[in-house]
Amino acid sequence: MVSRPNLHVKDRVAVVGAGITLFRRRMLETPRELAWEASKMALESAGLTLRDIDCVVIGSAPDAFDGVHMKGEYLADGAGGLMKPTVRVYVGGGTGVFVPIAAWWHVASGLCRTVLAVAEEKMSPARPHPQGVFAYIWDPILERPLGPNLIWIFALEMRRYMHKCRVDKETIAKVSVKNKRNAMGHPAAQAAGEITVEDVLNSEVLVWPVQRLDISPVSDGAAALVLASENEARRITDSPVWIEGVGWTLDNTHWYNRELAYPRYVNYAARMAYRMAGIERPWREIDFAEPYDPFDYKELHHIEGLMLARPCEAPKLLEEGWFDRSGELPTSPSGGLLGVGNPIAAAGLMKAAELFWQLRYEAGPRQVKKPVHKGVAQAWGDLMQAGTVVVMGN
Amino acid sequence: MSEEKSLPGTYLRERDLQSLPGIVEHRPDVKYLYSAGQAQSMFLRGLKDGRILGVRCMRCGRVYVPPRSYCEYCFAPTGDWVELSGEGEVHTAVVSYISTFRERLEKPEIVAVVKLYAPGYTNKDDEYEFAGMFHKLCGVGEDDVINGRVIGMRVKPRWRPPEERIGSVTDIECFEPVQS
Amino acid sequence: MTRAAIVSAGWYGFKPEVGDLSFREMMFEAALRAYAKVGVDPRKDVDAFISCQEDYWEGIAITDEFAPEPVGGVLRPTLTVTGDLIQCLGQAVMLVRTGYFDLVSIEAHAKPSDILTLKGVMDMALDPIYLRPLSPPNPHFLAGIMASSFLARTGLGREALALVVSKNKNAGLDNPRASHASPVTVGDVISADTVVDPLTRYDIAPFSDAAIVMLVGGEEAARKVTDTPVWIEGIGWATESGTGSLAYHSWDSMPSMKMAVEMAKGMAGLSGRPQSFASFAEVEDRYSFMELLALEEAGVADPIEGFRMLEAGDFDPNGFFPVNPSGGSLAAGVSFEVTGGFRVLEAYERLLALGGDLEPGLERALVVSWRGPPTRTSMSVILGV
Repeated sequence: MVSRPNLHVKDRVAVVGAGITLFRRRMLETPRELAWEASKMALESAGLTLRDIDCVVIGSAPDAFDGVHMKGEYLADGAGGLMKPTVRVYVGGGTGVFVPIAAWWHVASGLCRTVLAVAEEKMSPARPHPQGVFAYIWDPILERPLGPNLIWIFALEMRRYMHKCRVDKETIAKVSVKNKRNAMGHPAAQAAGEITVEDVLNSEVLVWPVQRLDISPVSDGAAALVLASENEARRITDSPVWIEGVGWTLDNTHWYNRELAYPRYVNYAARMAYRMAGIERPWREIDFAEPYDPFDYKELHHIEGLMLARPCEAPKLLEEGWFDRSGELPTSPSGGLLGVGNPIAAAGLMKAAELFWQLRYEAGPRQVKKPVHKGVAQAWGDLMQAGTVVVMGN
Repeated sequence: MSEEKSLPGTYLRERDLQSLPGIVEHRPDVKYLYSAGQAQSMFLRGLKDGRILGVRCMRCGRVYVPPRSYCEYCFAPTGDWVELSGEGEVHTAVVSYISTFRERLEKPEIVAVVKLYAPGYTNKDDEYEFAGMFHKLCGVGEDDVINGRVIGMRVKPRWRPPEERIGSVTDIECFEPVQS
Repeated sequence: MTRAAIVSAGWYGFKPEVGDLSFREMMFEAALRAYAKVGVDPRKDVDAFISCQEDYWEGIAITDEFAPEPVGGVLRPTLTVTGDLIQCLGQAVMLVRTGYFDLVSIEAHAKPSDILTLKGVMDMALDPIYLRPLSPPNPHFLAGIMASSFLARTGLGREALALVVSKNKNAGLDNPRASHASPVTVGDVISADTVVDPLTRYDIAPFSDAAIVMLVGGEEAARKVTDTPVWIEGIGWATESGTGSLAYHSWDSMPSMKMAVEMAKGMAGLSGRPQSFASFAEVEDRYSFMELLALEEAGVADPIEGFRMLEAGDFDPNGFFPVNPSGGSLAAGVSFEVTGGFRVLEAYERLLALGGDLEPGLERALVVSWRGPPTRTSMSVILGV
């Protein structure tokens, strides 16, 4: 069982550069071009060229969004992966935060000194609506015959969470309000804005309790990070951001055989990452967090899974302003998926990139008020199954 | 990133998309015939006979519905088959106003996770794992979902007539309240 | 640096169709066998699980949903890699080398028999803007272009390819995994109708349903669970072209294969021709010409020399340097992402079987594989006992 602190890890790994494209409902660029734009920006921010990169890790969620089979092979040139050891990893929606995890072991193993980690997603090619693609994520025999819609599963989880924790929709809507407001400082943002709880409650009801403004938008976009070993990192920059812990977990496929109010898949991943990072009391030691927020309730759910609040405690802390950018433990200072947009894998990597920018005090108008030493980013994926967690420090 | 600068990428609006030359349309020709395998085949045959079957792990005693050939917790092949009463209670339920492809539905559907009464579990509300099915609910209204009355409600399957059953999860039309 | 070894392997299927089990049950059967051989309980002893699979092969979007249960990875660090099992092996080697993971399970499976429209699925891997509108009539057309260019460059004729087919189809006759083995002669191949010029149906490996699970361990963990670890002395993988820019590619060679072999040799600290450090090789042969090309890129022999050695029987199962003594993909079939892993499995089992009979200094096997069309990704592994 993985339960050792990170003194067993041979090489410390740092993030030394980050890049991102605009997130929009539909982008003119092909998936390869989006990957290239983000990669180029990440390399430039580190003052490197592709020649300096040893290995490439690509992340992208289902192939059906871009409509390309073997999407990693298709993205290889745009992601700078030619004539290099290149690999694509994926854990559904959790992929974005998983990309730096995979890049971490490329460096920590001593096999690669520098890694370009690229995530891309283009949801717009699917017609008439990307929701059609989600029909294929279900078990083909036991679930697909019921004609499910992806939002069902979220709504079911949200309803259960509301029941178990006695939370109302008004409180949950405040996550959407907070994140869309936070996103107003993010140059990639697609869905930033000042909205009110009433706006959320008056938006189109899709699958009660989920309404239009409870959900992040459909997006195209890409993001990239550059990771380096300690030696390389010290050469490249004066302010490397260290990857202190990584964790990931997949729960069983049968999501309707377990309690939906608490995400143990996130909790197990978080425990693994905290243990590696030597963190015993995350609620005190973590300064800010980027929990995955494709839906507003998910942020609260994940805050609890990350042990930044007790089970069912996150809604109360939210009401107290605890998670505001000026609060005790700012969450989604980037604006999250609700505000910046949700090109699946790229959105997760955007959250990891936000840790990098915040920990270097380069987040500009998004910079949280308090001093920061440690941040955690997390993504979730599959049928309420995947938890991916990365802890970074400066 | 500290200063406001424009990021790479070109936003394309729907009307701009329509005006682009040379748009490539591709309708995928991808069809599959999924093998249900041993455990699911048995389950589907049971449904055809109007029975909900589970399978027991001989090591930990968990009864799996839907059944699998292996216990995912003990990593051992599963053993005896068990027939369930079919009754259970609603773990969570929602009202869907949209279809798979996000079109507005004329008549909303109620969808639920049903926790089935099965041996091997305490069947209490605070149990993390349970036997269960994901299905539709009938005989309850939208209000019952919204005000929470439906959660914990006792339900049972409403079977299709035997001649209409095909060995699919749709052999159960929906779960409906047990009249007490 | 921690050395990594394969400590156990299990498999299931390798049949044109495994109808009675679902892909998940095939994974479970392979995993059960791999773990049982060394008495490992995946729920306690394995630190990470990696599954190699692709959505469109499965007909499921986000197919990693189905990865954890059948391999014992529920609530454990489980991930998927969209690539060949050898790429999973590469990730496992790195995980072990971080010092944080002791035992890692890797898995790949394929159920081509579940796919009704294989051409339609393979077309989805073509560039949507440049290639799909051409609607190529046969998914093997890329291999046809490669084979023609290869023959044009080398001056070799179809007999050379037929010789590869005949050697491998016959070699597989005593391999339980080689369901497509048969006593095919050179004449059979030459006289068969072409499918895509210059390839006949004999030159193109058919498909098989299969699953493989392997257990990879760091040195300490490996020695704890088995007396017969097979060391992964070197491993390499590389991509030479994106599938969106194939047109710019040279068709008669495979630089990624050369790079993968060099990377593996570098890690193993080996140099020179593979026959100077290995006893045999399992190499890419899903299209017959690929075997000669792989031998060239791996530095075993240039194509003319390779053809002469082939004619002389040097690559036969009992020859001087056996190449695909298992029968290769031509005899065992192509099983999507299992395919490269199949070569590793064959090399692993053969090294164990030969054991003390291996010539000193040559206690190694070379594996070279490709991910198949339309990719330009190759992998290589050097195993040693």
